[in-house]
Amino acid sequence: MKYIDEYRDKDSAERFASAIARLTTRPWTIMEVCGGQTHAIVKFGIDELLPKEITLVHGPGCPVCVTPLELIDKAIEIAFRPGVIFCSFGDMLRVPGSETELLAVKANGGDVRIVYSPLDAVKIARENPSREVVFFAVGFETTAPANAMAVFQADQQELHNFSLLVSHVLVPPAMEAILASPRNCVQGFLAAGHVCTVMGFTEYGPIAEKYRVPIVVTGFEPLDILQGVYMCVQQLEQGRAEVENQYTRSVLREGNQVAQRLIREVFRVIPRKWRGVGEIPCSGFALSEKYADFDAERRFGVADYTAEESGECISGLILQGVKKPHECPAFGTLCTPEQPLGATMVSSEGACAAYYQYRRDKL
Amino acid sequence: MTDDLTASCPIPLNDYPQVLLAHGGGGRLMDQLIAKMFAPAFANPLLAQRHDGALIDLNWRRLAFTTDSYVVRPLFFPGGDIGKLAINGTVNDLAMCGARPLYLSASFIIEEGLSMETLWRVVQSMKRAAEDAGIQVVTGDTKVVDKGKGDRLFINTAGIGRVDYERAISPAEVRPTDAVLLSGDIGRHGMAIMSVREGLQFESSIESDCAPLTDLVQSLLEEGIEIHCLRDLTRGGLASALNEIAQCAGRQIDIDQKAVPVREEVQGACEILGLDPLYVANEGRFVAFVRASDADRAIKTMRSRALGEEAAQIGVVTAGSPGLVTLKSQIGARRILDLLSGEQLPRIC
Repeated sequence: MKYIDEYRDKDSAERFASAIARLTTRPWTIMEVCGGQTHAIVKFGIDELLPKEITLVHGPGCPVCVTPLELIDKAIEIAFRPGVIFCSFGDMLRVPGSETELLAVKANGGDVRIVYSPLDAVKIARENPSREVVFFAVGFETTAPANAMAVFQADQQELHNFSLLVSHVLVPPAMEAILASPRNCVQGFLAAGHVCTVMGFTEYGPIAEKYRVPIVVTGFEPLDILQGVYMCVQQLEQGRAEVENQYTRSVLREGNQVAQRLIREVFRVIPRKWRGVGEIPCSGFALSEKYADFDAERRFGVADYTAEESGECISGLILQGVKKPHECPAFGTLCTPEQPLGATMVSSEGACAAYYQYRRDKL
Repeated sequence: MTDDLTASCPIPLNDYPQVLLAHGGGGRLMDQLIAKMFAPAFANPLLAQRHDGALIDLNWRRLAFTTDSYVVRPLFFPGGDIGKLAINGTVNDLAMCGARPLYLSASFIIEEGLSMETLWRVVQSMKRAAEDAGIQVVTGDTKVVDKGKGDRLFINTAGIGRVDYERAISPAEVRPTDAVLLSGDIGRHGMAIMSVREGLQFESSIESDCAPLTDLVQSLLEEGIEIHCLRDLTRGGLASALNEIAQCAGRQIDIDQKAVPVREEVQGACEILGLDPLYVANEGRFVAFVRASDADRAIKTMRSRALGEEAAQIGVVTAGSPGLVTLKSQIGARRILDLLSGEQLPRIC
């Protein structure tokens, strides 16, 4: 299939792997930021093709994984309210909150619906004027334009029964938080290609410069990732720390400006708590004052919830690349996809789930 | 008595106080429900075969017996409908026992308010499917439930078939070096349903592969292929079927992803939704475990029939780790091909 098969070609992959091996003279630790990249790496066995000097560590770019516990609790609380239709991407339904999960709300009679686009939730609101329709707006910069569009359209259509439970986070501040940590071991980044498709990559220049790390905007297919690693290692070996773009078939330097304008119209930047990591300044979105009426937290009075994380789950360390999933004592024993301690074991983009699903036999 | 039952309920109540959709999703939770609740409750040697149907030896004749319920939404989808599915699904379970299907029962659970015309269309479709499969519906039942207490129409069919093949066809017969054959491309039924499901309609020409498999299986038997095990790839897809067989047989199965045919439009739809075609449902595909030296002949036989044109060997059985299924990815690395917990859910981005 066009755009798939050529990026999964075995011979080309092997050629890239040998080129990386020829280039490498000493150990390097590279973080792929996005959970989609993590899954591709583990699913296709990309890391197994790399020389042993190259260590890939897995980053925080899994939206499900970093959504804080209290937001899941808020979602569950709202979904239980009579008259509410709670719409979410499928991925969020299995994530454990403090006591239960959205799937269990559904099993208990709550009207929880999986949608594939926030605009579907707007449609549901239009068709059900007597019900409150809430969309769980989770994600990075990638999903922000579509979520912004949902609010924009709901406003234009005067749909007063639609609201957004916002849990939007931003990638560059999280990368800075990782680099600024005393535990940091990351020497180069594969930046998230789809985040950059929306936002471009001008934001990353100052980070590369300040922390002296190469940042390569990278796609999601095996050959994308191998080429991203190649470009990153090349910079490391040459002592450069620049922003480069591997994913040129999708990413422009300035990104998608129409999408960015819509995001700026509907959202404002705020500090956000990341599950397992804690609060990071200027690392997320909330609805702007103009669209505050669409804020589900205000509408349902759940703004001041707090919740404590389980002490057994080390997902915070995994999301920062400090530990690998199999280094967790609970991995595969106390914590499995059926009985997850943390979201990294549930999400289809979570690092723990990837290790459990694809290489449990080798650990 | 009731208290005793509750106290010793084998499904961990703290984890699953209620039945979730995933308990019917063909993944690990359904596996757990069957293994911990149903199998021990009804334990007997026939059930222990863990096959698509039970093989009953009446001394003078061997019979295969099976049942299945159909709850598909929407009722009509590209390439089929609940009626066609209800016939072919049960026919195929019998075919997987090496049986020639003979008789079917059909039970209808109808929600009050279903249009008579809809019911008529379903019944006509069942009539055609039964004729195509060469089977008769000889008994049945009808129940109507209050509006809101059902989802328009549920159908249960049970079937019996005659087994003429001498050897046993079951996971227990699978042995190292066996060739793993796949009868055709995968993922069409599941994606056809998704393309018309409420909230997800997308334009595609994908049609369900729903079809009776009896002729294809019988052609292998007539050709004298030494078949050790057969399994149709329904809920949970190819990956789940292979895992069930690896576990029951206590063998390792190694698959090559490149050898598994997937149509471009199915692959494309799966890529967009973040689904893996290896876990997507089929209704007219099966895997056959055959003696290695019979593999080429078996493929040739299948390819000479319309339903088996894309038949291919996709892997082998090894002594390796009992219960393990591995997959060689397109770029050549090998990894586990696991059971999913429940149904696949489309991802966020």
